[in-house]
Amino acid sequence: MNIVVCVKYVPDAQSDRTFNESDNTTDRVGVDGLLSELDEYAVEEALKLVEAGEGEVTVVTVGPDQAADALKKALQMGADKAVHVKDDAIHGSDAVATSLVLAEAIKKIGSPDLVITGMASTDGTMSVVPAMLAERLGLPQVTFASELSIDGSTVTIRRDGDAASETIVATLPALVSVTDQINEPRFPSFKGIMAAKKKPVEEWALADLGVDASQVGLEAAWSKVESFTKRPPREQGQIVTDDGDGGTKLAEFLYAQKFV
Amino acid sequence: MAEVLVLVDHANGTVRKTTSELLTIARRLGEPSAVFVGDEFDAAKETLAKFGAEKVYRVENADVTDYLVAPQAELLAQLVEKTSAAAVLIPSNSAGKEIAARLAIKTDSGLITDAVDVQAGDGGGVATTQSVFAGSFSVKSTVTKGTPIVTVKPNSATPEEAAGAAADEAFEPTISEGAKGAKVTESKPKEATGRPELTEAAIVVSGGRGTGGDFSPVETFADSLGAAVGASRAAVDAGWYPHTSQVGQTGKQVSPQLYVACGISGAIQHRAGMQTSKTIIAINKDEEAPIFELVDFGVVGDLFKVLPQATEAVNASKG
Ligand SMILES: Cc1cc2nc3c(=O)[nH]c(=O)nc-3n(C[C@H](O)[C@H](O)[C@H](O)COP(=O)(O)OP(=O)(O)OC[C@H]3O[C@@H](n4cnc5c(N)ncnc54)[C@H](O)[C@@H]3O)c2cc1C
Repeated sequence: MNIVVCVKYVPDAQSDRTFNESDNTTDRVGVDGLLSELDEYAVEEALKLVEAGEGEVTVVTVGPDQAADALKKALQMGADKAVHVKDDAIHGSDAVATSLVLAEAIKKIGSPDLVITGMASTDGTMSVVPAMLAERLGLPQVTFASELSIDGSTVTIRRDGDAASETIVATLPALVSVTDQINEPRFPSFKGIMAAKKKPVEEWALADLGVDASQVGLEAAWSKVESFTKRPPREQGQIVTDDGDGGTKLAEFLYAQKFV
Repeated sequence: MAEVLVLVDHANGTVRKTTSELLTIARRLGEPSAVFVGDEFDAAKETLAKFGAEKVYRVENADVTDYLVAPQAELLAQLVEKTSAAAVLIPSNSAGKEIAARLAIKTDSGLITDAVDVQAGDGGGVATTQSVFAGSFSVKSTVTKGTPIVTVKPNSATPEEAAGAAADEAFEPTISEGAKGAKVTESKPKEATGRPELTEAAIVVSGGRGTGGDFSPVETFADSLGAAVGASRAAVDAGWYPHTSQVGQTGKQVSPQLYVACGISGAIQHRAGMQTSKTIIAINKDEEAPIFELVDFGVVGDLFKVLPQATEAVNASKG
């Protein structure tokens, strides 16, 4: 079973995230970054599947130089090899272009049995890259898995929907996104950290993937950010300390605001 | 006027409020044509007509209902081509976003997800507003390629009635073998709570670790306001409330008129799911809790004392 895990290097959610003033793209350089927490669950799940059988886990990322840190973390956790697609032309790419680059990279890695992603990136609001990737690779996709098992040529997942808890079966190869409910990601061990230093990290440019620079980047985007505004921070309102009438005061506030 | 396709969200023919919102938005962009998948159109017709659907494409095809996501993207792509639609509006739930993503690739079209406002653009197209980075930025965008595909969050428009013909036309899509890859084989329905749906509710009352596992004061207060009940991840992880009720980065993003956080500290991942709410109230016994930075009204106190008293006062005021 060969598995490709797509990981993303993201600005740390705890630090201030912002836009580049010059071109309205997400600032991924000026802030601290890390392996998207949500992708750790994807890496962990891939490792568990391969450990239970055989095969290889390849992690792939598309991003600037610093994105190598995200790959390093995944290798330290236990992934076998890594692919870093980087090219200056990629800056400012939207989900459409990112999914194109990822799809071509995955084709070049070889046809995996399973592609696993996190449930969303912790920075952009777009959780659509997995679906676009599945479309481009012609794979069925099953998202938000909170349990996953492989049985011969199918993958079975459980997902907690709003109206029902569902069991979904998809034929392999398939793309699956996993939630933070699925496992408890391991911390890299000392051994893992040492071993990671010797693991192969391939660096590919767009030309290696046969993708033309005109197909990616800000200019190629199919949608355009016209403007962005920082919301004024919320002003703290009235705080009362409960002296036995806190509930009544709360109800009075609701009444004054016409909620009751 | 060009047709604007609206993918109808319904449960056995009962049309969800988000669909009336989408139809209202569609009228700003062109002539609304609803796309109804399933065989319960008769139950839906009245609502679709009431909110201005001129046409309804009725799709009764087992491949579309049996398999997840991909067939719906295929049928919408075929409808976009057939109608030369001006835009496609899809509800911003997880399936909706996946359908939209696949549709965008199929039709070489720009996609905007999680719009909180959609207007007609200057010189055609759409002008959308999204709220990003946990609500700290508001972004205005336009689609520059193909047929604009927009997924729209609940509560992004007030549904306005406008009589439409809702003239229905059966549409028979061609579903490829490749689209039939993922299938729901078992579905265990959740117990109905009788409360509104979390992402659609006007008021949400949430409980966290501070409930100590006893959600009854939270639920009783929620019921006095006709609210939905949410939970923090700490409460969900402890098994006190289902994961589908989790509010936050890895749960639901809600943006109600009123959000009440009870015994929730206000971690950044929780804020990511609720800080665009219009009015925020918190009850927490720690006056230093970060949630208080966001609130319009806060009570420093024990939720087990404050909530029952507030519930009683609310119920009394209703007479
Ligand atoms: C990748 C990732 C994703 C995450 N996603 C989410 C998410 O989607 N949603 C989410 O909520 N969290 C999420 N978290 C977890 C988040 O970081 C916090 O741990 C969590 O929100 C804490 O929940 P809490 O506020 O209920 O608990 P705590 O932080 O423990 O706060 C409990 C609060 O209750 C107060 N309290 C205690 N007793 C009482 C009482 N009797 N009356 C009044 N107040 C009382 C305390 O003063 C305290 O402020 C995520 C974390 C990670 C790493």
